Amino acid sequence: MPIRAAVTLAATAIGTVLLFSFRTPPAAPIATLAPSSTSSSSSTPSPTATPSAAPPSGGASPTPTATPTPTPAASGLKSGSFTGQTYANPYGNVQVQVVISGGKITDVKTIQYPNGHQQSVFINSQALPLLREEVLQTQSAKINIIGGATFTSEGYAQSVQSALDLARA
Amino acid sequence: MGTTVTIDVRDPHPMQPAVEAAIETAIAWLHQVDATFSTYRDGSEVSRLGRGELLESECSPEVREVLGLCAEVERRSGGCFDIHCGGRLDPSGLVKGWSVQRAAELLRAAGARRFFIGAGGDIVTRGEAAPGQRWRVGIRHPEIADRVAAVLETGDLAIATSGAYERGEHILDPRTGRAPEGLLSMTVVGPSLTYADAFATAAFVMGEQGLPWVAGIDGYEGLAITRDRRTVWTSGMATLLVRDIAPAM
Repeated sequence: MPIRAAVTLAATAIGTVLLFSFRTPPAAPIATLAPSSTSSSSSTPSPTATPSAAPPSGGASPTPTATPTPTPAASGLKSGSFTGQTYANPYGNVQVQVVISGGKITDVKTIQYPNGHQQSVFINSQALPLLREEVLQTQSAKINIIGGATFTSEGYAQSVQSALDLARA
Repeated sequence: MGTTVTIDVRDPHPMQPAVEAAIETAIAWLHQVDATFSTYRDGSEVSRLGRGELLESECSPEVREVLGLCAEVERRSGGCFDIHCGGRLDPSGLVKGWSVQRAAELLRAAGARRFFIGAGGDIVTRGEAAPGQRWRVGIRHPEIADRVAAVLETGDLAIATSGAYERGEHILDPRTGRAPEGLLSMTVVGPSLTYADAFATAAFVMGEQGLPWVAGIDGYEGLAITRDRRTVWTSGMATLLVRDIAPAM
């Protein structure tokens, strides 16, 4: 128990996510089916998402959905669960749900991720928690950070950003 | 659009006002850099400079500093780093590292001692992840998005990776105008992310010859993954590599 307490004391972390536009041109979110979805405009570098002001959703919807509370925190992020848009990359589709509490990201859930190619689900299930570490910093993973960008992480970042756009809307 | 930046402060009291303020300042700085340097924004200073609407002497001190650093790396790499490659001005191969390096300096000046900043696969680590624990940095496998090809244990270090896998064959050899052959990815580590980022691009262009080139630069080391799937590194990199990682299935 004392060891655990020591780890907890040392584990305070701040995770911040933002995007900037080096190297990678804008990628359009893949088409979504539901009428409430919006697509990105070619004139903006990041996907724009109109809050659907939807009632609490199941979270597995292919369209961006939000269940915000009315009071935004100082960070401009409303508390709630926000589902990002789906992005396609050569490995498959990526979609995340971001949970925000007290103006900070407290969880990032992966709703869709590539698993239909030659790599097994086992490998993916190992790796996605690592990708998740890049957004939600915890103390438990052996690897703290991943270097080198990939298609998967890019779609991941885009889906996170579209979810954050909803949280700021 | 394209890069997620993560700032993770592990100091015992990361929410002390000075550090919190420095995080806000660092984020504002990165947004400012994006607005100034993005080649995907028509109105950015770099886009206007590239179109000839601005003279270099009319540019901000930041843009002139970056252009000077780019010219230095171009000279040191024998032209393997060239921001005019492809017919348009694009200093992106150095700007990301430079801006994140400065963000790290802002945090450190505010008193943060244990943190990392990760920006689209390029990383600065400072201090320890936890007391007695170095940072563990995975180097993503260039062909298998969900695996790491190597793991480094770092303290105060910058880690940058260039590869053909990021956006397809987007790095060109300025000497030939074609995609470089030989490597899948090149990781360069050293004291400054400004240089590590640009050196990784140049060394990737050089192919396996990039390793001895990096080894000859004081304080910098390289790790390359070749097209025939070998992982090779400079001698100084060996002390950072974690060797007891079980291979993924």
